This record gives sequence, C-alpha cells and structure tokens, in this order.
Amino acid sequence: MTIASSSTERTASAERASRPPTIPTSRRWNRDRVETVVFRWLRWLIIALFLVVTLFPFYYMVLLSVRSIQALLLDPGRLLPEPGEINFRTYSSVLRSVDDGGQGFLTLLRNSGIIAILTVLVTLIVAIPGAYAVSRLNFFGRRQVSALFLAVYLFPSIVLAIPMFVLFTRIGLRGNLLGLVIVYISQTVPVAIYMLRNYFDTVPQSLEEAAAVDGASRMRILWSVSLPLARPAIMATALYVFMIAWNEYLFALLFLIENRARWTVSLGLAQLSGSIEIPTTILMAGSVILTLPVLILFFFTERLLTEGLTAGGEKG
Amino acid sequence: MTIAPPNQATPGVPPPTRRSAGRRRSTLAKQEARAGLTLISPTVIIVLVVVILPVLWTIMLSFQHIRLLTLRRAGIFGSYSLANFRDVLTSSDFRDSLRNTLVYTVFGTALSIGVGLVAALVVRTPFRGRTIVRASMLLPYVAPVVAMTYVWQIMLNPQFGIINHIGQSVFGWKHAVPFLSQQTGQLSLFGWHVGVPTALITVILFEAWRYFPFAFLFILARIQAIPKELEEAARVDGATPTQRFAHIIWPQIKPVLAVLAVLRFIWTFNKFDDVYLLTGGGAGTEVASVRVYQLLTAQADVGASAAQATVLAVILVVCLGVYFAFFGRNQGEEQS
Repeated sequence: MTIASSSTERTASAERASRPPTIPTSRRWNRDRVETVVFRWLRWLIIALFLVVTLFPFYYMVLLSVRSIQALLLDPGRLLPEPGEINFRTYSSVLRSVDDGGQGFLTLLRNSGIIAILTVLVTLIVAIPGAYAVSRLNFFGRRQVSALFLAVYLFPSIVLAIPMFVLFTRIGLRGNLLGLVIVYISQTVPVAIYMLRNYFDTVPQSLEEAAAVDGASRMRILWSVSLPLARPAIMATALYVFMIAWNEYLFALLFLIENRARWTVSLGLAQLSGSIEIPTTILMAGSVILTLPVLILFFFTERLLTEGLTAGGEKG
Repeated sequence: MTIAPPNQATPGVPPPTRRSAGRRRSTLAKQEARAGLTLISPTVIIVLVVVILPVLWTIMLSFQHIRLLTLRRAGIFGSYSLANFRDVLTSSDFRDSLRNTLVYTVFGTALSIGVGLVAALVVRTPFRGRTIVRASMLLPYVAPVVAMTYVWQIMLNPQFGIINHIGQSVFGWKHAVPFLSQQTGQLSLFGWHVGVPTALITVILFEAWRYFPFAFLFILARIQAIPKELEEAARVDGATPTQRFAHIIWPQIKPVLAVLAVLRFIWTFNKFDDVYLLTGGGAGTEVASVRVYQLLTAQADVGASAAQATVLAVILVVCLGVYFAFFGRNQGEEQS
C-alpha cells in the first residue's frame, strides 16, 4: 500500500537527522514501522501473485498450442515444452481453408476485421458529433440523453436480440455482416460518447471561441478546431470500440450462425469447441489467433487507451 | 458514468431563468439548441431503433403466447394475457435462476471491485517495470471472452488440466475436481464437511478475474489524482499506512467505488456469454440471462423468454432503486 520507496526513505532519514529526536520515526518497533515493513513485503508478494494469475492463462494457451496432444495427455504438468516437441502444425490446420481440411480461420479473421473496422468507423461518425453536442451545446433534452444511454445497459443484450432476430429475419439481414454492425453500433455508441464527452469537457473552449469570433461556422469549428484537438481521445475510443466488436460473441452467434462464410473468429472458435474430434491443442491455437490481434493492438496503445477510458474519472 | 451532470459552466449560454435577455441572445441560444439536436439526433435514432423499440417489442411479446415458429405471423393485435408471467413466476427453475443470478452478481461485483482495489493499491507508487505490470493486469479484460473461457476450461479440466494436476501432485487432492461440471462439492475443513457450489464459485472467480481490471483502472486513476501533499502531511503527523489508507485514500475513492458497484452490478446481472461459454448454464450455474436464451432457443418459447427477460429487468430496476434510496443521498453531489 503506502510503502516508502527508497527515495522517500532517504528524505525521511535526512529529516530524521535534521529534526529533534521527538519525531516518531525512530528505530523502535512502533506500529508505523511494523506496518511499513509488512506492507513493503506484502506488496511485492501481491504484485507477483497478480502477474502469475493474469499472465499464466495466456502462457498456458500458447504452450498448449505448440505441444502435441499425446504429449499433453501423457505429461499434463510440464510447463516448458521439450525442444523437439514444439510444432506449429496446429496453426496451419486452423488457418487452412475448409476445402483443404483446415478450419478456415483466415476467412473468419477477415470477417472479424471487416465487422470491427466498420463498427469503429460508423460509431465514430455518430458519436463524435453526439459527444460534442452533449459536452458543448445547450439543447432541450440534453440531460435526458444520459438516461437514454443507461437504458441500453439496463436490459440484457439477449432481450434486444429476440426482436432484432425477428426483424432481421424479415428484412433479410440475418447472416449478413451489415446487420451485425448495426447491432454493435447500438452497443458501442453510448460508451464512445461517454469517453469523448469527458475529453471535450477537458479541452478549453477558448480556441473554439476564437474561431467563432473569426466567423467560422459551428460545423467548421467542430471539423477544424475540436477534432484535431481530440485526436488522442478519438484514437482511444476507436481502439476500445474495436476490441468490443472483435470480442463479441452472443450477437454473432444469433445472427451469423447459419452462414458459415460470414462467421467471426469468436463464433468460429466457439463452434470448433463444440465438436468432439477437435483436439485441445487446435482449440488453443484458435484461441491464440483470436487473442493475438487484440493484444498486439493493446500493447502498442496501452497508455492511450487507459487514459482515454479514465479521462474525467479523476473527478470522482 | 453516463449519469454525471452535464457541464454547467458552458460559457456563452444564458441561464434559462434569464429568458428576457436581448433578442440576439435568444436567437443564438435557439441556434445552439438546433445545432445540438442535429448533432445528437443520429445517436438518438440509433438507440431508439436498435434498443428502445426492441425492448418495447419484447415487453409486448411477453404478454402473448408465441412460439418461435408462429413468430412471423404475430402482430400487434394478438391476444394478450398474463399467462407467461404466471408460468415464469411460479416455476421453480425461475427461482433457482434468480437465486443464482443474485449470488453471481453480488459476489462477482464485490470480488472484482475488491481485487481491483488491491491491484490499484500495489501499483500506485512508481517502481521499475510498473508499466509492464499495469498492462499485464489489464490483459484479462481486453482479451476475447471466447478464448479466455476456453483456456479456463482447459486449465480446470479434470483429466489433463494444470490446476487439477498441481492440486493432486502438490496439494495432495485425492481425486480431480470437476470445477465446471460439479454442482455441489464436499469440502472438509478441520473435520467439518460442507457442501459448496463448486461450479457457481468457479464462475464467480472467473468473473472476478476477468473484470477486476475495469475496477483497477478507474480506482488507480482516482488514487493518482489525490494531491500528494495530503498524504505527506499525514505521514509527518505520524499516520501509519493503514491510517493513511482509511482516512485519506478511502474517502477519496468512495464515490468511484459507488459508481463501479452500480455499473458492475448491472453488467454482471445481465451477463450472458461468460457463464454460457464456461458451463452452458449447467451444474447449478444457470443465471437468468442464460435461462432466457435457453427458453428462446432450446424450448423455442418466445413469449416465456420475453416474460422472463422483462421480470429480470424489473428486478434490476428495483435493485438499483433500493441502492440509490440507501446510498444515493450521500453521494448526491457527485452523481446528482
């Protein structure tokens, strides 16, 4: 918890030297000292524990994807594969197209990519003006908009799925990527507006006012002043929306299940696990393929994403 | 989060009480209102069409006797009755699923926020490799749910899963524990034999593992915004680490914890894919949204599933109402 790092330790000892000896930070074992020492060790222990608990499943996933299923069944406790044991056949089998006896994950990757990118684009086109309006403009119903968004999350997504299922069946959008994108947008727009609005709230308005004084129209201000300023927040929002769309499972299951050519990676992987003859190692290779794009994206943009998500959170 | 009050300090906007201000200003305000409505309308339309209308439709369906096959012919003017609600409320499956949902939601929410708080406290001061540690702690949240549930399934597998292997070879378990398919396990502690809902606990632990990063992120952001002087002053006054936590950090993060509790409660209450992918709703883990799905797909009973979903939403609203009645008052300034 509040463990003194070595630098504060040093200043503390410096203080100790310069101050009269009545200061409670003496060498005696008082409560403060005991707590400080205990928490210093406890803290490292907990950090180590967290690292194991969060990272191990990912390591285990990669490990199993390169071991052979026989070796796994014989020696399930081995955490480092023998050098000769590693092979990447599982990956080629997952990625090969169905005609070649594989699982056709390349097509699924393309589908997931198209859906996620479309969702990001449309969400931003809708959410940027919306967030700007909620943050900057005073209009009738501005307060009610937030309540409307809360309604999105109040109902289980399965509730929305029932009528959408019927509707899409009727207008022929089932098995179509576009229908899925529409549903995803409704799920991502509220959170996108929340993130972007927090950012607009922190951007000083003086620049926009200056542009307004110079006679720029509101649309022009939004386009050439506010948007460039909000670029980091827009990037963060785009990434977050991308992850939501890439990872989604339920709607993909309901709307795309009949049309194998349109499956997403999540759906394809879930269907894979349903069949008994698919070995665990192939399932893990599929999991790695599903996880990798998101993790790569995340590691390159971690700071941007976390700051974008929590912008405004500091206010409480 | 989305319930924060709009920024009151928008300059250039006359307060609504000063209607009689000059004509110029009122047309400016009108212009602004029009621009605001134009910019927000795409959002509102999408939410209306894809969220609000389906919800209303679901409520209507819940009063009708409709199977998946007859759905196409169903219109607004069907025959309405309360039969679905009577069936739902009197069935013991519903009560079980409701109990599971509440247990899952309460413990899942509390655990994920508690673990997130601990995580935020241990990484709040800088150290070497902190960026890596922080990024690692976010991984469970950003990774796809399908992949994560399968990794857990395989780690917990009774035949070759690593957890059972370690349990048997290191901790001396007598036999493998089927974590995801056992409804009630016998746990002996100091000679006491107690039945524990193994699968439900496992599912709750998964929830905590996967969603603590969300709480962690927001709590950490709030803690780092606390002015350093506060804690320095307390340290000089001789406050111990626990005292500093209780009297300086805790009061500052309480509002964030309250918001997180509400959000996580709503999301966990409605959670579908985590439980469905882990256990398929078997072994005493059938939470309400999984049951809605089963009613819809396995039993093809649209009316019953809609009724169950509606009841669920009402219960959620009641829970939130109770929460705000008890805790909303003292947080009034932060949340309005």
